[in-house]
Amino acid sequence: MGTGAQSLTLLALLLPFLGAIIAPVLTRFLKHNAAWILALIPLWLFIHFAGFLETVAGGNSVSGGLDWVPSLGVRFSWYLDGLSLTFALLISGIGTLIVLYSGGYLKGHVQQGRFFSFILMFMGAMQGLVISDSFLMLFVFWELTSITSFLLIGFDHDREAARRAALQALIVTGLGGLSLLAGLLVIWGATGTQDLSTLLASGDAMRESPLYLLALVLVLGGAFTKSAQFPFHFWLPNAMQAPTPVSAYLHSATMVKAGVYLLMRLNPAFGETVAWETILPVFGGTTLIVGTHLANRHTDMNLMHAYTTVASLGLLVMLTGFGAEKAIEAAVLYLIAHSMFKGALFMVAGLIDHETGVRDIRRLGGIGRAMPLTFAAGLLAALSMGGLPLFFGFLAKEEIYAALGTGTPWATVLILVAIVGNALMFAVAFMVGLKPFIGKRGETPKKAHEGPPLLWTGPLVLGVSGMIGALLSEPAHALFSSPMASAVSGTAVEVHASTVPHIGLPLLLSLMTIALGVGFYLMQERMRDGVAGSLKAIGWGPDRGFDQAMRGLLRLSFRVTKIIQNGRLDIYLTVTFAMVALTLLLPMVIFDELPSMPDMPMLLPHEWTIVAIAVIGLGAMVYAKDRLTAIVSLGIQGLAVALLFMLFGAPDLSFTQFMIETLSVVILALVMTRLRLSPTDHRPAGEKAMDVTIAGACGLAFGLLLLKVTQIPFDDTLSQFFEAHSLAIAHGRNIVNVIIVDFRGLDTLGEIAVVMIAGLAILALIRVTTPPKQPVSAREGS
Amino acid sequence: METVFSILVGLFFAVGIYLILSKHVIRILLGIAIFSNAVNLLIFTSGRIVRSTAPIIPMGEQVLPAGAANPLPQALILTAIVISFSFFAFILVLAFRAYQEMGVDHTAGMRVAEPEGERLPPMGY
Repeated sequence: MGTGAQSLTLLALLLPFLGAIIAPVLTRFLKHNAAWILALIPLWLFIHFAGFLETVAGGNSVSGGLDWVPSLGVRFSWYLDGLSLTFALLISGIGTLIVLYSGGYLKGHVQQGRFFSFILMFMGAMQGLVISDSFLMLFVFWELTSITSFLLIGFDHDREAARRAALQALIVTGLGGLSLLAGLLVIWGATGTQDLSTLLASGDAMRESPLYLLALVLVLGGAFTKSAQFPFHFWLPNAMQAPTPVSAYLHSATMVKAGVYLLMRLNPAFGETVAWETILPVFGGTTLIVGTHLANRHTDMNLMHAYTTVASLGLLVMLTGFGAEKAIEAAVLYLIAHSMFKGALFMVAGLIDHETGVRDIRRLGGIGRAMPLTFAAGLLAALSMGGLPLFFGFLAKEEIYAALGTGTPWATVLILVAIVGNALMFAVAFMVGLKPFIGKRGETPKKAHEGPPLLWTGPLVLGVSGMIGALLSEPAHALFSSPMASAVSGTAVEVHASTVPHIGLPLLLSLMTIALGVGFYLMQERMRDGVAGSLKAIGWGPDRGFDQAMRGLLRLSFRVTKIIQNGRLDIYLTVTFAMVALTLLLPMVIFDELPSMPDMPMLLPHEWTIVAIAVIGLGAMVYAKDRLTAIVSLGIQGLAVALLFMLFGAPDLSFTQFMIETLSVVILALVMTRLRLSPTDHRPAGEKAMDVTIAGACGLAFGLLLLKVTQIPFDDTLSQFFEAHSLAIAHGRNIVNVIIVDFRGLDTLGEIAVVMIAGLAILALIRVTTPPKQPVSAREGS
Repeated sequence: METVFSILVGLFFAVGIYLILSKHVIRILLGIAIFSNAVNLLIFTSGRIVRSTAPIIPMGEQVLPAGAANPLPQALILTAIVISFSFFAFILVLAFRAYQEMGVDHTAGMRVAEPEGERLPPMGY
C-alpha cells in the first residue's frame, strides 16, 4: 500500500469525526439542507473503500498503520480484507443514505446539528471498528460505538424512556466491552499477538492454548451483548426510543452487527471447535426463536423491526457457529441482505410515521396510493426479507437451507428452528411492508402524502439494490460475497448462489417457509394474542431484571456510602489516625526496621528543664478543665518549643515561634470568651480508651520513626550546597534567611499569598452578615 | 539528644491526636495547634541537632564554622510555622462562626453538609 493510499485511509478514519465538528455550524446556516453536504463525507468514504474492491477480490488484503505506543509495540493499524471491506462499504453506503434521510426526518428540529454530529461520530467509530487491525484500536472503536449509541438513543433526553433506554444500552454493551477487552488481553497473553491479522495467520495457536475457553467466553461476552443475543437481547428493542434514522442505521444495519463481525473475524482462529460449534448455534437459535415470537406480539412497526433484527442476529450467530463452508456463505449473504432490507424497512416505517403520525399496523391501511414511492420501497424490502426469488434475501435463504440440509440430527434441529424463524420473519415482513399500504384506508392524525426526496431516497435505493444484487448475482458474489466468505472461513471460497431456483431440498424448504409464513400472516391476530398470553404467564423478563439490578445497585451504594461516609467527623478522624499508626508501625515491624536501643541521652540540666516544661504544658492541656488553663498551657508548650529552637541553633525559628505563639494565645483568648470549653471531656470511657490507644500508637509510631531516621547516616548534600553558595552567589551570611528570600524566594511568595488569603477569609467570615436564623431542620432539608 | 527529641515529638503527636479525636471543636483546635508544633519538631530533629551554633557565617569568614546547625530544616520550618499560624487563625474564626450559626460546639451536631437520616436517591432514570 503506497503512502498516498495510506494517508487517504487515515483521512477516511478521521473525516467523519471532522464532519462531526463542523456539522452543527453547517446546520445553523443551511438548516436541514446541510444533509446534502454532510452526506458527501460517507459518500467519499464509500468511493475510497470501493477503490480497494479489485485488490481484495483478487484474494489480497490491504493494510497500513502508524506506530501508536512504540514502547509496548502497539500500533494504530488497519487491515482490509473481504470481511472488513464489505462492512466498510455497508457502513459508508448506508451511512450516506441515512444522513440524507435524517435531513428530512428531523427537518426543523432544534438540535438537528447535534444529531448530525452524533451520527457522523458513530459512523467514524464503526468504520474504525471494522477496519481495525490492532486489538487496542479495535477495543477503542468498539467502546466509541457504545458511547455514540448512548448519545443517539438518548437524543430525546427529555423523555425518561429515552434516558432509560440509553443507559441500558450503554451498561449492557459497556459491560460487554469490558469483557471483550479482557478476552483480547487473554488472547494477547496466550498467543503473543496483538493484532488481528497476525492472529488469523497463527493457525491453531489459539485453539490449542489452555486459555482457549476463557478467551472464547470473554470474547463472546462482548459479541453477544453488542449483537443482542438472548438473554442480552432486551436493550435493542428499548433502543427504538431513538429517532428512526438511528434505529435504521445503528440498531439494524451496522452497530448491532459488530458482534457478528467479531465472531466472523475470529472464526479462522477460534472456530471449528466443539465449544464454538455448540455455544454459537444454541444461543443464536434461541435468539432467533425468541426474537421472532416477540416480534409477532407487537403492532408498533419499530418494535416489530427491532425484534426481527434480534432474530436475524440470532440467525447470523447460529450460521457462523455451524461450522460448514456453506453456512458461512449463507451467513455472509444473509448479513448483506439484512443490512439492506432492514435499513430500508426501518426508514419506510419512519416515513409512514412521519407522514401519517401512526406506527401501529392495526390502524394503518390503504396508504399505498398516497405514498407510491414509499410503498415501492417497503414492498421491495419486504420481498427481500421474505426471501422471495429475484431478491437478495432469496439467495441467502437458499444458501441457509443448503448449508443446514446435511441430514444430521443436530442440523435437522437447526433447520427446524430456521424454518419457523424465517416463516415468522416472512409474516412480519409483509405486516410492515405490505399491510399498511393496501386494504381499507385507516384513520390517521395526518393526511397521508408522499414524503420529500430526502426521505424516500434512502429506502428506495436500498430496496432496489436488494433486487439488483440478486439479478447481477455473479458480479456481486465476485466483488463482495466470495471475498467476504473467504475471509470468514480462512480459505478461498466461491459463492455461487443465484436467483434461478433449482429443484432440490433448499427450494422445497423455501416453499415450506413461504407457505408457513403466509399462514402466520393470515392468522396474525390470533398469534399476537397467543404470544401475549404466554408472556403474561412468564411475567418476569431480563428487561425488568435490569431495573431490579439498577435499583439494587443504587441501594447497595447508598448503604455502603452510609457506612463509609457517615457524616461523623470523629469517625473519619479515628479511621484516619488508626490508618496512620498502622502504615507507620506495620512496615517497621514486618521488615524488622525498628530502631536500635538508644544510648542514655546526654542533656544539660537547663535543657532537661525546658523539655520538662514542654511535657507539663502538654499534660495540662489534656487535663484542662477551664479555658484559662487551656490557653495558658497552650502558651507554655509553645514557648517551650521556642526555647528549644533557641538552644539548638535556630534563633530565627525561635523568634518567629515566640511571636506566633503570643499571637495565637491572644486570638484564642478572644475567641474563647465566646466559645466555651466544656469543663469535662464528654467522651465515654470506652471511646476514651480507644482514642488514647490510637493517639498513643500514633505518637509511638512517629517517635520510633524519627529515632530510626536519626540512627541512619545523614545525607547533607543539599545543606552543603546552601552553605557553600549562600555567601558566594547570594551575598548573605544568615543561610536560613538566604534560603527563604533567595533560593526559595518563590515558595516564600506563595507563603505570603497563603497568609494574605487566610487574612482575607477571616475578614470575610467576620464581616459577613447572616440572615435571620432559620430553624436547623429547614436548612437540613434543603 | 535526638533520642530525647524523638520521645518528645512522639509525645507531642500523641497529645495532639488525642485532642483532635475529641468531638469538641475547641479541643480539636487546640490539638491542631499542638500537632503543627509536633510536625515542626519532627522536621527539626530529622535534620540532626547541634547545640547553640546558628547557621550564620561570621563576619570576615567565608565558610560556616564547623558544627553549625543544619540550615535547610530551619528554612522549611520557618515557612511551616507561618503557614500553620494563618491556618490556625482561620480555623479558629471559622469554628467561632460555625458555633454562632449552628449553636453547637461539638462535631456530632454539625450535620449541615451531610445531614442525618438522608433518604434514598430517586429510583428513576
